[in-house]
Amino acid sequence: MALQSLDIKARSATTTPSPQIRKAVEVAKLIDTSICIGCKACQVACMQWNDLRDEIGSNHGVLDNPMDLSAASWTVMRFAEHENEEGNLEWLIRKDGCMHCTDPGCLKACPSPGAIVQYTNGIVDFHEENCIGCGYCITGCPFNIPRISAKDHKAYKCTLCSDRVAVGQAPACAKACPTGAITFGAKEDMLDSAQVRVDGLKERGFQNAGLYDPQGVGGTHVMYVLRHADRPELYHGLPQDPHISPMVSLWKGVAKPLATAAMGAVAVGSLFHYVMKGPNEVSKETEREVEKEGEQ
Amino acid sequence: MIRDPQDLRRYTASQRVNHWIVGMCFILLAFSGLAFFHPAFFPLAMLFGGGVWARILHPLIGVAMAVFFTLLALRFWRLNMMTATDLEWLKRAREMMDGDDHNMPIQGKYNGGQKALFWAVLVCVLVLFVSGLAIWREYFSALLPIGLVRFASLLHAVFASLMIALITVHVYAAIWVKGTIRAMWYGTVTRAWAKQHHAAWYREMTGRKS
Repeated sequence: MALQSLDIKARSATTTPSPQIRKAVEVAKLIDTSICIGCKACQVACMQWNDLRDEIGSNHGVLDNPMDLSAASWTVMRFAEHENEEGNLEWLIRKDGCMHCTDPGCLKACPSPGAIVQYTNGIVDFHEENCIGCGYCITGCPFNIPRISAKDHKAYKCTLCSDRVAVGQAPACAKACPTGAITFGAKEDMLDSAQVRVDGLKERGFQNAGLYDPQGVGGTHVMYVLRHADRPELYHGLPQDPHISPMVSLWKGVAKPLATAAMGAVAVGSLFHYVMKGPNEVSKETEREVEKEGEQ
Repeated sequence: MIRDPQDLRRYTASQRVNHWIVGMCFILLAFSGLAFFHPAFFPLAMLFGGGVWARILHPLIGVAMAVFFTLLALRFWRLNMMTATDLEWLKRAREMMDGDDHNMPIQGKYNGGQKALFWAVLVCVLVLFVSGLAIWREYFSALLPIGLVRFASLLHAVFASLMIALITVHVYAAIWVKGTIRAMWYGTVTRAWAKQHHAAWYREMTGRKS
């Protein structure tokens, strides 16, 4: 293996176990939305480190820019206006991007062996050289993250700067954040740090403050501290209880072995029918009858 | 092989060509589609030049299949209308499979099983075409709600498996009943074959009473 820090735990379209003799520390990025100022330094750092230059878009009259994730914009700041119970305006800003699920829907749906991998450190990464461009990762993702490039028809998304993490560096976005809203470290440490921040928010009167680490996808390796953890959908549609859709679970779960077995059974059953019952031939009797008719 | 001038014509050249275009499309679609369905079949993508080519070609072949299957269905749907005799035939299909067709109801050009298969395949092609468009990422998926795309993905896999099973039965039936495949190769069957398996059609073609 090239880098111990990038040992692979799970691999798309692979039915045998990945090497698992050694374990790594799980990492996580913690995004405290309560101290994010929406400066977009993270967006800039992301495009600089990853050498991405998206097409220049147009101004839509809002601060969101670009308006959505794309193959060349792996993170975007989402700005949502929320009027709270006291009638005050709250500007809820969330850095959107891949959540690096413990149970990744993209990896489950991907049909191409090794196009999507999950490292032992928890990062879910796309290996575009193996990507066939089918878009099943989009179908599988509960957070609407992957995007297919119009240029090369490959799927792209945030790598959590796996190349930086591999050599002990924090992701570019975390490095650039001027307020400390983005921090990076061992998932365990990030959970502790989140608890401190949530407690602080509660002390300041945000009773519903909490951590967003949705268990429906086994927890994530990008987590949010939210003032309104009871209503994550306020943050530009962050899903309340994300999980892999039952359709996707069926399709890429039980349907696979079941349908394969059924198709095999029909083929093998046909073969054995022939072996056991023999061919269905025209009887001598019918042949004689027809011959007689011909003579008439 | 010397062909007997007494042989009965079952399919015209144009019908045969149409059938085999659909058949080739089906084989290509099954191989490339299985590659996306289960990792065990992924190596089949190599027949198409790799996963990317399989992904590009599969939906295009699918459109061709839909077009040529529609032509085929337009040619044959009338001949596949179910009758009371066909239902009786289906009820007694087990006897036939056990190798004894002496007491089977007299059949026209197609028997109950062939007709049932025709309609089942027609439903499969319809569902596969519509759901296939929905999961065609290049042109359509982005325009549809994600829930629909997920449902279409599941539907596509289920009906594709069903169709592969049905076509396996279709091919096996042609191999099992000797003297059948030539009808689709060069169009004719022997009189004895027709009399044994499709007696009503035999009478119709020869003008004989028995």
